[in-house]
Amino acid sequence: MNYAVETKDLTRIFRVKKRRRRRSESKGSEQDVTALKDVNLRIEEGELFGLLGPNGAGKTTLIKILCTLLLPTSGKAYVAGNDVEKDPYPIRRIINMVSGGETSGYGLLTTRENLWMFSQFYGIPSKEAKKRIDEMLEAFGIWDKRNAKVRTLSTGERQKANVIRGFMTDPSIIFLDEPTLGLDVNASRTIRKFISDWVRETSGRTVLLTTHYMMEADELCDRLAIIDEGGIVACDTPRNLKKTVSKASSLMFEADYLRDPDKLKGIEGIQNFTYKHNGQMNRTLLTFIVEDESAVADIVSRIVEQGAKIHSLEKREPTLEDVFVSLVGKGLA
Amino acid sequence: MKENLRTLLGAGWLGWQMEANWTDPFLFMIYSVAKPVSAALILVFMYIVILGGVATESTAFAYIFLGNAFFIYVGQVLFGVTWVIHEDREHFQTLKLIYISPISFYYYIIGRAGSKILIATVAVVVTLLFGIFILGIPVDAFTMDWALLVLCLTVGMACLVSIGIALAGITFMTAKHSGGINEGIAGLFYVFCGVVFPITQLPAWGQSLGYAIPVTYWLEAMRKALLPAQQLEGTGLHGIENFWLVALLAVSALFFYFLSILIFRLGDYLARRAGKIDMTTAY
Repeated sequence: MNYAVETKDLTRIFRVKKRRRRRSESKGSEQDVTALKDVNLRIEEGELFGLLGPNGAGKTTLIKILCTLLLPTSGKAYVAGNDVEKDPYPIRRIINMVSGGETSGYGLLTTRENLWMFSQFYGIPSKEAKKRIDEMLEAFGIWDKRNAKVRTLSTGERQKANVIRGFMTDPSIIFLDEPTLGLDVNASRTIRKFISDWVRETSGRTVLLTTHYMMEADELCDRLAIIDEGGIVACDTPRNLKKTVSKASSLMFEADYLRDPDKLKGIEGIQNFTYKHNGQMNRTLLTFIVEDESAVADIVSRIVEQGAKIHSLEKREPTLEDVFVSLVGKGLA
Repeated sequence: MKENLRTLLGAGWLGWQMEANWTDPFLFMIYSVAKPVSAALILVFMYIVILGGVATESTAFAYIFLGNAFFIYVGQVLFGVTWVIHEDREHFQTLKLIYISPISFYYYIIGRAGSKILIATVAVVVTLLFGIFILGIPVDAFTMDWALLVLCLTVGMACLVSIGIALAGITFMTAKHSGGINEGIAGLFYVFCGVVFPITQLPAWGQSLGYAIPVTYWLEAMRKALLPAQQLEGTGLHGIENFWLVALLAVSALFFYFLSILIFRLGDYLARRAGKIDMTTAY
């Protein structure tokens, strides 16, 4: 069976230049960065598949390999059955890519001209391309910016135009690398809704979405892979992933600023925990995944031992963040 | 074929927008005329200063002037073609988006080069008109060899674009030095290809190098086409018949064409392996 995307022991190592190695005190091989390590993934046609992980986890590297921008160091990657290394051209006919947080585009061209030009590289007849572009500009609420030079667009408008560029070619498989990064709530919502509608509108359309926004992954994805330090640590539907921690409880404490939150590690019954300091409020927010709620007494006493007062305690339903914390042992932020 | 044509036209249109859209049309027209005339005047004044008077030796002056005029193509095309990679990757950050589109990147670069050739043609024509009508270069439309001009101009452009594409392949792997590579190669051609002095003035190894570069034959062919009856002697190519000159140009151009494909593919592969297609370094 041909999968939309399939990887087999996919590994990518970025070599550090020899000159830099000599300057470094550590040995050469230790300078190499392993961005992906033995990644095995299968994404079926028609899936909206999410790749969830923190910055530097390897999400973008995987997208670059699948888009034929980068070669793997070892292992194999296939897009619609085509080897990314040996057959990049058939892949390029059926894919497109949108990255978030970018300033790409020819600033001297207008929004419409910029999009039209890309449409020509995908062989869309000019008249048809202009029609599609106008429809999408309207759908994304930037019709009034059609004749504005790209350089004058705001970040959100530019990203919407970027999303239009990716989708207007009607790819079979689209790679979205953090498409809502740095956008405001409204722009993010528009883009998320479009992605969700697009993939379900016609069967066979596949989306690979990378994100570090848990809510986005939870809302959009049929299946998710959690990636950390170049490796896949879990892969399932959001529901099933949450079930893995459903026996556990997620407890959120808000306490006075804790000087040494790591002292809370090692309490019996705690599966994992994360914390965030809020300097402005002089408080610490702690999230515990506990297997046994009797651990609450110990947690409270350890916090109080540090001279801190607990302001609130909340028990939540498990979220993808809890799954992530439970599997990786740290938060995404 | 249709796809490649579409790529050529799309890239050509983009290149033209980039070249011509940075200011209003009137200012662009002034710039297009003033730039080549100013460049030609630099050479004229240097010639006058060195000779201590006006340009009295018309054959030598015509040799220098025409060589310099047609060298505009070399600078524009070589620099322009390689700059496409640098500009798209670093400045506009669109290289990766074009790279993953289902086009031949080779044709994309040729399309972008088309606009450079057009701009360079305007500059060359302005320079030639300035030379003919103001400086008295004896080019006569009725006596010049039009067939040789059109044939060699076409082959020459194909050759320059090929060399540019080879440099573009190298530019895939570089960021900081891409501008220097283009200018360095153009500078080498300026010295070794008989632009402002015959290659016979060079040491033996320099002459051998000059004979290996198609630009040498191309410039000589351009001069022969425009001034068939007034050729400077002792250029090293003076006695060669037009047929052999064209043949030498064609053979060397063909060699550079295949070399450019090889270098471009190698550069493409190495850049993809090293992850440099979407590299941004702020250079």
